Amino acid sequence: MTAPALLVVRDLRVLIGGRHILHGVDLDVAPQGVTALLGRNGAGKTTTVRGVLGLVPRAGSVLLDGEETVGLPTHTLVRRGIGYAPEDRGIFADLTVAENLRLAERRGADGPAYGLVHELFPELKRRAKQLAGTLSGGQQQMVAIGRTLLNGNRLIIADEPTKGLAPKVVTEVVQVLERAAEAVPVLLVEQNLAVVRRLAAHCAVLADGRTAHQGEAAALLGDEEATRRLLGVGRGPLTSRQDLTVEADS
Amino acid sequence: MSTLVLLTMTGLGLGALYFLIASGLSLIFGLMDVLNFAHGALLSIGAYGTWWAASGNLPGAGPGGWGFALAVLFGTAVGTLAAVVLELVVVRPLYTRPREQVLATVGVGLAVPALLSGVWGSDARTFPGPEALSGTFGLLGADVPVNRLVLIAAAVVVLVALRLFLGRTRHGLVVRAGVEDRAMVTALGIDVRTAFTLVFAIGGCAAALGGALGGLYFGSVDPRQGTSLLIFAFVVVVTGGMGSVTGAAVAAVVIGLVQQFANYYTAAGLGDLAVVVLLAALLLVRPRGLTGRLA
Repeated sequence: MTAPALLVVRDLRVLIGGRHILHGVDLDVAPQGVTALLGRNGAGKTTTVRGVLGLVPRAGSVLLDGEETVGLPTHTLVRRGIGYAPEDRGIFADLTVAENLRLAERRGADGPAYGLVHELFPELKRRAKQLAGTLSGGQQQMVAIGRTLLNGNRLIIADEPTKGLAPKVVTEVVQVLERAAEAVPVLLVEQNLAVVRRLAAHCAVLADGRTAHQGEAAALLGDEEATRRLLGVGRGPLTSRQDLTVEADS
Repeated sequence: MSTLVLLTMTGLGLGALYFLIASGLSLIFGLMDVLNFAHGALLSIGAYGTWWAASGNLPGAGPGGWGFALAVLFGTAVGTLAAVVLELVVVRPLYTRPREQVLATVGVGLAVPALLSGVWGSDARTFPGPEALSGTFGLLGADVPVNRLVLIAAAVVVLVALRLFLGRTRHGLVVRAGVEDRAMVTALGIDVRTAFTLVFAIGGCAAALGGALGGLYFGSVDPRQGTSLLIFAFVVVVTGGMGSVTGAAVAAVVIGLVQQFANYYTAAGLGDLAVVVLLAALLLVRPRGLTGRLA
């Protein structure tokens, strides 16, 4: 990574209920493109994201564009230009689609970018008055990603955006993230290595609450031994099928 | 027939009073997970503020006409202010310690009545009110006290205002979203603490208005009034579904009517028991209350 990182995480530690979940995570998010955060289940990926955002008590250092953010309340940090699509999508089920999007509006120079959101997800316009709780998983993910695109954010954090989605919807989500990443850097937590291969230039791998590896995504995924050692998967049947899922439709 | 009408109107008046306390209590719990045991104290502050002002202590206020309206406004404003102070000074510093938070509100709920007793004595004080509101009006052959109608009208206005606030304003949207997932609201860049203070202010305002108009209903104010009404307000909140304003309205009407009818047709005091039995029966059938959702 040559240009200075947009987000620099150093020695991030998270203690929940007297138990250390993160022991010291280091992470650099590139100033453009997609940086993937990888790791086996329970490695601490989601906790890292929540720690970066201050949604869990944390210690260490999190620099956004060179400014320290540990100590800032979540809402202040987010207003500095972060769009967050959480693992469970964070949809307000009893609110309509339009209300879910309206909540994410922040005062900015250009106003909310509904044009872009509706262009990428025309369905959200058609379903504006539908309760978000009655949407399919894919449609809910559209709302979650749509909220991150509404404001002129400096960074988008998407936590497993393709989890549990049908293959066709995975392709759609990947295409949207690809387009979003042309304008805004994305930190992507992802288990689907085909998605990572398609989108990410850089990656960090967590293991047991620590950073086990940082580097170029292609180099890691091209090294079968390192992939198996760090992520516990090779290019076995599951990965191959996921490859087909994304690449056949693209 | 006239007995039925009178019991119904009295039950509805009592239900209206319960709603004025329970609506705020329900919103506060729904949004913040705070069981506000000091909510009855806010009602008492509203009642004493109105009584104090209507007794000639506030220039322009008095027991009749616009003077009484000003007294009610004053009592309600004092209750609202007290609620804001309660949130900022007592509740806010304890957000990460829910157990201490509950204990602190219990403490305020005990301290306020003690303070009111210390200043104005523990005996009930006659509540001054305009003549027009202390009379009766004829309805289907029954002479119904006007104050029942005043309470019902106030509760309807508060219900409509709350629904408009929740449904049509950005702050209302934040409150509804916060009831579902508070952390996600902050993750969208919204300072949810503003909404906390706001719901405390709204809840305090409604409860204090209930105290001001409850003085008309009971004809007197006493330091323990708020605490004893709070118990039934909690029953209303649980019955209606935590966080649901409309649920609280429906539950308040049902509980007010059941209590009145049971007290009249069985034995005095059995109405209170009937309400608790009703709550237990409902929770067996619908553990999340009548609605289990907001607005």
